[in-house]
Formats: sequence, C-alpha cells, structure tokens
Amino acid sequence: MTIGVGYIAGLVSGALWGAIAMIVFGVTLTLASGAAATPAVTAGAIAGLLSAAVLMYRPPEGRTSGVAIASAAAMLVGLVLVSFAQPFGLPLSQLPAWQGIALIAVVGCVWAANRLCLQDARSGRLTRYDFEVIVVRVLKGLGFIIFTIIVALPFYVMVMTSIKSQQFLIANPLDFSVDLSQGIGPLFDSYVRLFEEFRFGRYLLISAYVSVSTVVLTLLFAIPGAYAVARLRFPARTVLSRSILLIYMVPAIVLVIPLYSVFSQLQLRDTLLGLMIVYPATTIPVALYMLQGYFRGLPAELEEAGLMDGCTRLGVILRITLPLSLPAVASVALYVFMIAWNEFLFAFMFLDNPDIFTLSRGVVSLDSSEVPRQFLMAGSVVATVPVLIIFLWFERFLVQGLTAGSVKG
Amino acid sequence: MVTHTEAADTAERGTTAAKPPNTKLGPMARGEARLAFALLAPTFAIVLAIVLFPLLANFWISFKPVQLADLRPPTPVASERVRGEATAVGDQLLLQYRLRNSSQKAEIRDVSLTDTLPDGLEPLEIDERCVLDGTAISCDLGTWPPGYRERIEIPLEVGAAYLADPVSPRDSRPVMVGDAVNILTSFDFTLSNFQRAFSASEFWVVLRVTIYYTVFGTAGALVLGLFAAQLLNTNFRGRGFLRGLFLFPYVAPVIAVAFTWVVLLDPFSGTLNAIFKQMGVVDSPINFFGQRAVDFELFGLQLSFPLALSTVIAFEAWRYFPLSFLFILARMQSISSDMYEAAEVDGATPMQQFWYISLPQLAGIMSVLFLLRFIWTFNKFDDIFLLTGGAAGTRTLTVDVYEQGFALSNLGAGAAVAVVVFFVLLVFALVYFRFTPKEEGL
Repeated sequence: MTIGVGYIAGLVSGALWGAIAMIVFGVTLTLASGAAATPAVTAGAIAGLLSAAVLMYRPPEGRTSGVAIASAAAMLVGLVLVSFAQPFGLPLSQLPAWQGIALIAVVGCVWAANRLCLQDARSGRLTRYDFEVIVVRVLKGLGFIIFTIIVALPFYVMVMTSIKSQQFLIANPLDFSVDLSQGIGPLFDSYVRLFEEFRFGRYLLISAYVSVSTVVLTLLFAIPGAYAVARLRFPARTVLSRSILLIYMVPAIVLVIPLYSVFSQLQLRDTLLGLMIVYPATTIPVALYMLQGYFRGLPAELEEAGLMDGCTRLGVILRITLPLSLPAVASVALYVFMIAWNEFLFAFMFLDNPDIFTLSRGVVSLDSSEVPRQFLMAGSVVATVPVLIIFLWFERFLVQGLTAGSVKG
Repeated sequence: MVTHTEAADTAERGTTAAKPPNTKLGPMARGEARLAFALLAPTFAIVLAIVLFPLLANFWISFKPVQLADLRPPTPVASERVRGEATAVGDQLLLQYRLRNSSQKAEIRDVSLTDTLPDGLEPLEIDERCVLDGTAISCDLGTWPPGYRERIEIPLEVGAAYLADPVSPRDSRPVMVGDAVNILTSFDFTLSNFQRAFSASEFWVVLRVTIYYTVFGTAGALVLGLFAAQLLNTNFRGRGFLRGLFLFPYVAPVIAVAFTWVVLLDPFSGTLNAIFKQMGVVDSPINFFGQRAVDFELFGLQLSFPLALSTVIAFEAWRYFPLSFLFILARMQSISSDMYEAAEVDGATPMQQFWYISLPQLAGIMSVLFLLRFIWTFNKFDDIFLLTGGAAGTRTLTVDVYEQGFALSNLGAGAAVAVVVFFVLLVFALVYFRFTPKEEGL
C-alpha cells in the first residue's frame, strides 16, 4: 500500500461519515426512546477514520468481504473503546436494546458509506478525475442526508407533537417516544377532541366543498378560454396570451383591501359564496395558461377533420379536444384544488363566523395561548393529510402538468 | 346560445380559408374572432371584476381617509321603550323612541321613522314632525349631524281593545331610513395616507427588509433546488420516493408548515433548540423568530446578524425549493447524454462537466425561475405573517399593508402601501417581459 492523496481522502471521508452517523443516529435514538443521549461525535469520527484506514489498506482489487468485515469491526471496536463504552453518553446498561440498534445502525451506515464512496478508490496518488469522483460521492451522500432531514424533520415533529401533551413536551422537548401501552384511544385523544369540540369534521367538509367548487368553476371558465387562445385567430391574441400570466402576478394582498371593502358592503364578506367568487378568479388565469399550452400541442388536423365532418366548434371541443387533453385537465384540476385547499389569506380576512370556517381558518383559530399545542399540530395534520394523499396519488399527473404547461408560485 | 352557434358556423368555414393579406378582417375571420371573444368573455368578466377592478379601487381607496370602521355605513338607530302599566281603560302609557346617529363623523340626511301602533292605543298628542295615519306613525326627522341623539315621546291612552289583546308596541320594530354619504364613493380625497406611509422612518426599513427577503429567499430556493436536482438526476432505487418526499414542503398547506416551524424552533419547548442544547452546540436556547439580531465579533469587527429575518428567509427557501427542483430536474433530464459522453472521453472531471455542460444548459430555466420566484416571493404575505406577524425586523411591504390596513384599522394607509407594492411589481413585470427567453415556453 502507498500513502498518498487517495489514502488521506479516504480517511477524511471515513471520519466525516463516522461523525455524521453518530449525530444522526444519536439524535434519532433520543427522539425515539426519550433518553437524553449525547452522541460521542469525536469518537465516531476517530472510529470512522480507523474503519476507512482498514478498508484502504488493501488496493481496490484486494478489498474482499473479509476486509469489509474487518473495516466494520474496526468501526465498532474503535467507537466503543474511544468513547469509553459510552458511545451515546449513556451507560450501555440503560436501554440496551435501543442503544444496540443505534450502534448497529451507525456501524452499518459507515460501512455502507465507505463502500459507496471508497470501494474503488486507490490509496496512492489520484488523478484529478478520480479525486473529484470521491469528493462528489461524499457530497452527494451528505446532500441526501441533509435534504431528507430538513424535509422530513418538520413533518415528523408535526405528527409527533400532535399525539403528545403540551406539558409533557415542555418537560422534555426531545421525547417523541410513542407510548403504545396507553392504547389507541388516549394516543389520538387530540384528534378525537379536535373533531368533537373544535368541529374539524365540519371544516374538513367545508374545505372540500369550497375546493371542489373552485375546481369546477375554474375549469368551466378556463377550458373555453384556453381553447380560444390556443386555436382561434383574433386580434390581440399574442398580447392576451402574454398578459394572462401577468394577471397571475398581481399580489393577493393588493386585492385584499378593496375586496374586503366592497364585499363588506355587499354582505358577501363573511360567506362561502364570497370565497367561491374570489378563488376561481385567482386560479382561472394560471389554469387557462397551462391548458392553452397543452391544447396548442394537440394536432390541429384532428379538429379540422371533426369540423369537416359537420361538428360545430363546441362539439369539437367537447368530443375531440377535451378527451385528448384529459391528463392536462386532470393536472390543472389537481393543481387548482391544491391552491384552493391551502389558501389562507382570503379565508383569514373574510371568515369570522366559526360555522363556516375552512380548514386553514380553523387551524388559525387554534393558534392561541389557551389552546394546547397538540391541537394546533393535530389541526395541521388534518389539513395536510388529504392534500398530501391526493398529491401522492396523482403525483405523476401533477408533475407533468406543472413542468409541461407551465409554472406557479 | 344562438349567437354562439352562428359564430361557430362562420368560424367553421373560416378555418379552411386562407388569412387575407390585408389587415382588415374578412367576414369569416371576424366570425372566428367573435367566437374567440365569446369563449373568453366569462374569463374577462370575472378577472375584470375580481382582479382589475379591485386594482383600480385600491388606487381610489389610497387617496381616501377611510378607516376600517367606516365600512359600516352611518345609519339612524332607534330603540323603542314603553313606560307605565296598562291595567284599566284610560291608563296612560309613554312610548319612547331613543334615536341616534350611529356615526360620530358623518351626517345623515332625510331621516324618517315609521312604526305601527297596536290596536287600542290612542296617541294623546304627537310630535309635530310625525303624522298618524290609522295605526301607522311616520315621522320626518330631517338631517342628523354626526353623533346626533334625541328622544321622541308619545303618550298613549289605553283602550278596551288593547286590554283584550295586549300586544306590546315594541313588537313592531320602528323602521329607520336615511341617506348618508358612503365614504367609499364620496369625492373626499386626501394625500395623508401617502404622507403617512412615506414619512415614517420605518418605511425604508420595511423596504430594505423586503429586498433582503426577496433576493435571499429566491436565491436560496433556487440553489437548494439545483442541489436537490443534482442528487436525483441519477437512477437508483427509492428515487421516486425521495422525489415525492422533496415536494412535501411545497404541497402541504402553508398554515400547517408555518405553525410546525414555529413549534419546532420554539425557544422553550422546541425540538431543535433541545437538540442543540443536548449536543452542546449552544448554552441557552435561540429565539429564532423572536430575536431581531445577534451581535458577534469577526476579526475585530462588530457585526450584527439579523436572526429572525434569516430564519424567515430559510423558511421561504425550504418551502419553495421543490418548485425549482422540479423544473431544473425536468430540464436536466432533457439534456442529451451525448454531451456528457463526449466530455467523459475528453477526460473532463465531474466538476468540469457540471460547470461547463450542466450549468450553461440550465441557465435559461434558472433565469426564468429566478424572475418568477422573485416576483412571487415579493408578493408573499402568508409565510411571514404566520411565522412572526412582522415582528423582530421581519416586516415586509406586504405585511405592512395588513398592519396599516387592518391591525391599525386605517384602510387608506394600507391601500397606499399596496400602491407602492403594485408599482414595484410593475417594474418587475416589465423586466420579466423584456428578458424572458421565449424558448423556455413560459
């Protein structure tokens, strides 16, 4: 073996992964078990370095499974020795099962990371290409971990806070362990009370009603409009098709004061009808824009054939254009549903009567010092779950529609 | 409907005809245009009513001295009382109308009161402004100045019919009618809203915060999106799962994720602060959304880090990176692999391939995304409002609109700030039109 840039790069990578694995699984152990673990990060780094040193000792061809096992063993032994048998700052006798799982996870993670980053890395001098390959692998690995954590952690906290009581969390904000022994009922107590006392069942229905109406109205307005912009020739067509997106850039906050004033005087403000007028108006332009992009891509010959055979324009739209553009219509519908479901500003400004709150408005009403936190989080979960389920179900459509047709903010 | 089909018929024939070279439209082209406008008419109507009209109305309101309370128009209010007992024929009751103008600021003209008396109650004398017609009283009360109050009393004599069937006079409500100037439609203008908006030293702070928030929020979302797209641009197991997961922040309702961040970063019961403390990163909890600035020293320089604003910017980048990620990933997958193969043969390293092939190919979509996101971030209200309510140095222009218009109940001042928002946006929109590359299809 030769000691060169490759060897040093391997050691750095090993140490980095050792430290990261300790942090990630140490914190996970704390959150899952409720024990106050303090992972020995330095020990993790040293053990990771040792593990990489063992792996890199042999040239790439000679890294047999035996070497891999030796490398993993080096990690385990190094970690336990350097941390004085307290890898997570706890005596091993406390929660041995949890600690054992975490220890195996750390060793497994470092082993896998070393394998993925360093398996074919030479220990001597590296070409710039080979060196960068190692750097990119390490960075990508880091990227996966960081992105997954920053995305998943808030949602994890949302769900876990909703099934814990506030006093409990103030006492120990890190304890997200799920106590199954108390049974399902008490565990989901905040949800039960949310539906019974805070009327979230009603808000769920109202949100669904408003969102679906918005989708239907938007499509009724946008489909004919999009067809006209895409297929028919008329003066000012180009100006129009470019100004559609411009309308979409008008901020809601500029519209809120005049709409609030006028709707107050027309007695429309504290009504669902008011919302169902405003929501489609804000979604029609973008729906029209996305649909016209798709309509333009359909072959005009099909429609011309329909016209030749005696269909009227409206017949052509209904019998030829719409069936062909069903995927686009579905994605626009989903998208509009998402906007209407998630809308906050107008619901907040317009609705005062607790009988007709939408979910967004209902969740805001839980944000008070008198209502314990778990209800706020349970409300957030109730507002999030339906839209996430629909989104995951139709993800393919939505992604296609967003990227093909166009955009949104 | 008739015109629709007529237009459709004409248009039908119109499609096969070649477009005439002169600019005047032929009859068929005119029919086609008519159909197009008919199809677009509902969209025009609703956009006109809910977007363009409020836009103009906002200008109008910004020049008017309107308070939130003025939205309730001045009305004449009457409350009716009956004094005395009716036990025998000939007893006297006293009917009182207590009248007032609900507004302290506006007069009401041509006020009138009408009411009906129950059977068997005979007025002994009647106010000179009132007329009795059978059992109906109507009074013509003239013009009431702001804050006007008065009391009209009518003594009544009890008759046998009333004792037999005692219907309280209060059962028939007095009907009040009056004309008041609606402050929204009057021609009463003022510049004080703009004076107030611009003269406050806070305005320039707000403007600066808005610019920081917009620039860094947009850049953050774009850079995160670029990295995320790099990660998922290879095929591996679990890729679809991760792609779905990465879109979560964008799909979930803002209200849910904003409150979750508040709970997560809470200085007392928040998980993140607890983790930091447990790991020994910090000694005392960090108040992410409540602390305006952190002072620190770097190479002898006293610097101040705007903590709350940075946290809010981090939230913005977190919530909107999925969008740029989606677009950048779609664009990356359409880059031909030939180029990378050729680069590989020529010995280009991974970083070189990224700098000299990927980035130039992504420049178009990234600049479009930057412009659009820039505008949308500038427009954003919900996020900051829910996270900090504009406290601790995070008040942007949009939050200021709410603060002036609703928290301080001065609609006119709020509208004045909204006008500023609109004009800044107009500049962005012009830039957008000027620089959007058409080939990106946006």
